[in-house]
Amino acid sequence: MQRIGVFVCHCGTNIAGTVDVKAVAEALKNEPGVVFSTDYQYMCSQSGQNMIKEAVAEHRLTGIVVCSCSPRMHEATFRKTAQAAGLNPYMVEIANIREQCSWVHKDMPIGTEKAVILAKAAVAKVNLNAPLTPGESPVTKRALVIGGGIAGIQTALDIADAGFPVDIVETKPTIGGKMAQLDKTFPTLDCAACILTPKMVDVAQNEKIRIFSYSEVTDVKGFVGNFDVTIKRKARYVKEDVCTGCGLCTEKCPQKNVPNEFNLGMDNRRAIYIPFAQAVPKVATIDPNYCTMLKTGKCGVCSKVCTAGAIDYSAKDEYIEERYGAIVAATGFNPISMEKFDEFAYSQSKDVITSLELERLMNAAGPTGGTLLRPSDGEHPHTIVFVQCVGSRCAACEQKGKEYCSKICCMYTAKHAMLIRDKYPDTDVYVFYIDVRTPGKNFDEFYRRAVEEYGVHYIKGMVGKVSPEGGKLKVQASDLIYGKQLHIDADLVVLAAAIEPDKSARGLATMLTASMDTNDFFTEAHPKLRPVESPTAGVFLSGTCQGPKDIPETVAQAGAAASKVIGLLAKDKLLGNPCVAHSDEMMCNGCSTCEKVCPYGAITYQDKEFRMPDRTTKVRRIAVVNEAVCQGCGACTVACMSGAMDLRGFSSKQIMAEVDAICK
Amino acid sequence: MQVNEYKPLIVAFCCNWCSYAGADLAGNNRLNYPADVKIIRVPCSCRVNPMFILRAFQRGADGVIICGCHPGDCHYTSGNYYTRRRMALLFSMLDYLGIERERTRVEWVSAAEGAKFAATMKDFAEKVASLGENKRLEDLRCKK
Ligand SMILES: Cc1cc2nc3c(=O)[nH]c(=O)nc-3n(C[C@H](O)[C@H](O)[C@H](O)COP(=O)(O)OP(=O)(O)OC[C@H]3O[C@@H](n4cnc5c(N)ncnc54)[C@H](O)[C@@H]3O)c2cc1C
Ligand code: SF4
Ligand code: SF4
Repeated sequence: MQRIGVFVCHCGTNIAGTVDVKAVAEALKNEPGVVFSTDYQYMCSQSGQNMIKEAVAEHRLTGIVVCSCSPRMHEATFRKTAQAAGLNPYMVEIANIREQCSWVHKDMPIGTEKAVILAKAAVAKVNLNAPLTPGESPVTKRALVIGGGIAGIQTALDIADAGFPVDIVETKPTIGGKMAQLDKTFPTLDCAACILTPKMVDVAQNEKIRIFSYSEVTDVKGFVGNFDVTIKRKARYVKEDVCTGCGLCTEKCPQKNVPNEFNLGMDNRRAIYIPFAQAVPKVATIDPNYCTMLKTGKCGVCSKVCTAGAIDYSAKDEYIEERYGAIVAATGFNPISMEKFDEFAYSQSKDVITSLELERLMNAAGPTGGTLLRPSDGEHPHTIVFVQCVGSRCAACEQKGKEYCSKICCMYTAKHAMLIRDKYPDTDVYVFYIDVRTPGKNFDEFYRRAVEEYGVHYIKGMVGKVSPEGGKLKVQASDLIYGKQLHIDADLVVLAAAIEPDKSARGLATMLTASMDTNDFFTEAHPKLRPVESPTAGVFLSGTCQGPKDIPETVAQAGAAASKVIGLLAKDKLLGNPCVAHSDEMMCNGCSTCEKVCPYGAITYQDKEFRMPDRTTKVRRIAVVNEAVCQGCGACTVACMSGAMDLRGFSSKQIMAEVDAICK
Repeated sequence: MQVNEYKPLIVAFCCNWCSYAGADLAGNNRLNYPADVKIIRVPCSCRVNPMFILRAFQRGADGVIICGCHPGDCHYTSGNYYTRRRMALLFSMLDYLGIERERTRVEWVSAAEGAKFAATMKDFAEKVASLGENKRLEDLRCKK
């Protein structure tokens, strides 16, 4: 039997104004288990807490009920008090007689009656409380960043800066992500490469950072503090530590007609390639889909020209295993496919391009050396039409596009329009938009400049159809403000394609047991208060894999994610939440029902030997909860049909006792 | 005005992260609702075992309401989906046993919806009160 002390707080007049606190303390005196009951002005004050400590000593209390404000307010306070008095902190329960009683009921007798019932329920619960100790687990002081775009780069640099080792896993042969493909960047118009490539070099030179490029995460086991990750290093057929990145092979390879993905297929590369001049790591990669040597065993030119002897046609995929304390997802985004938007004739004309393709066409390192030329005939375009929100904000066309706003397109189109008008003042530029959305520091000013200084024609309206005709693109559109139909003969049409999370993100989320929203963006633990953490402990989010963002926002979030990782890795051990599930091995029949409902993958099964009454032994399969992974939701406890699974701190018996106390 | 003022007994299971916080907010904003409602805090609405509800009715509750985070907002990602499905089943069984549909309810109340919490409780308490005492379960009840 417990020896419970009940402490009824007045909270000034907050509680005492509507609840007769003395009567509550008096009424509780005869409850089973209660050996002491009193009231006080402010329980949470120093003297209130001292009163509790003294009572614990004097009455040899084993449990405490505080009738006060919400446990969300002071549960932690009173648990600390209990601990200081030598009790287990989990022997404390709070009866919420302020927020859920005195503040919502006006009548003293009614308030008092309810307060007594709530206090009795808390006493009934404490009678069944058991001391709980949070589990401890060690922390592996190494972080994994998945994705090497600007988000992953910034996160890795910040973590390394704090002294912790970081690995970056990047699927492409180089880090850099989409930002490496951009020309100039809003709102300052500085060149993307000028601000990105120094960071890429920093990553390469940082002793704390290892880059696993051309690699993928294939398996994740374990939990916060100790994730066991398998990384597949795809065969590159070039020894990374031997290749000097001279690029001779990429000039001599006879296989010239491989679409160059870095320039979005607008020009060709060789079968052995370095994506771009500032690639990190700067090593060649052989594309097995095009290499004649790998396909037919005949050729071998690259191996002959490579003076370093870096080529290895017999290379195989390798798997490495590493343990990490924290994982950051930074898998970024991609523009959606334009397949379903054929009203804009993307598949019919080379002169209908996406904005990302335009970035490459304007980039000095792009297929045209930075001169804006029509892909079809290499002529300079005189009339350019931009179409906004292609596939974004498409509530009605769910099958085709996305419901959300891609957020970055209004700004990059203003940038494109401005840069074109600046370089080619003889060009007419039209932008068709639904709304121009430019919230952000110096953003609206930027857009106004495009309209006012650069004379870009912004037209509120929709483009209905683009038809290629006699070398021109006939654009049919409506001007919603003047209420008329427009027909424009354009030379180039640029589609601001919606962006979506990388396709690999969903599989990754499953491996990480991190959740995603319906659009496959990673979900944050709390949309406002925990924006860079995933609901899964130890998994953090950086950049556009969490939602559409521009570079400044991506970098800010990347830094925030890094600081959360640093906070975690700085700890020597992690204290868990002791209110976790556990299964009674005598009752569990190993049916596997609980595993299926657990959102965190906390339940596994074990074969255990049991001694039978007849002295034989029998092996039975039983459920085992990993306490470091269990978040204590209780889903499994209800799913379990054998009644084997229960939740510490919220056990079935405890809740039932509360029900009984309330329904007396 | 009811002459013989009958007070229903209502048990409300509230999840710690959304609905319990919503109830706290109703308190912060001093939004009145009937004192007949007594709240039990659970980590997630999916912690509510049908057994608890049966027990409440067995012990004389006149109505039981379960509140959780809105679909998609569950602190534990998917707990409230389990609640939704489990309770749909349980409530139809209870209906069959004689506990009217109006005596049981699942509601989604976020931590920001103090007003919704108070309004929901008021509405539920009124509905339950209009049904009167939960007599039809007398045979199954242990109450004397
Ligand atoms: C046309 C266009 C113009 C833009 N112009 C501007 C501008 O002027 N100013 C501005 O601020 N922003 C601009 N942006 C936005 C900017 O590109 C993004 O904010 C930024 O690139 C986001 O960086 P990220 O690291 O989150 O994603 P990404 O750049 O997409 O990087 C993600 C990286 O992760 C890798 N990856 C993906 N999946 C995996 C996996 N499973 N395993 C390992 N690696 C993986 C990818 O290969 C990639 O390298 C523009 C965007 C577009 C489309
Ligand atoms: S309580 Fe929730 S998190 Fe813990 S094992 Fe059960 S289902 Fe998984
Ligand atoms: S649901 Fe219950 S009986 Fe089945 S494996 Fe899990 S704990 Fe054991």
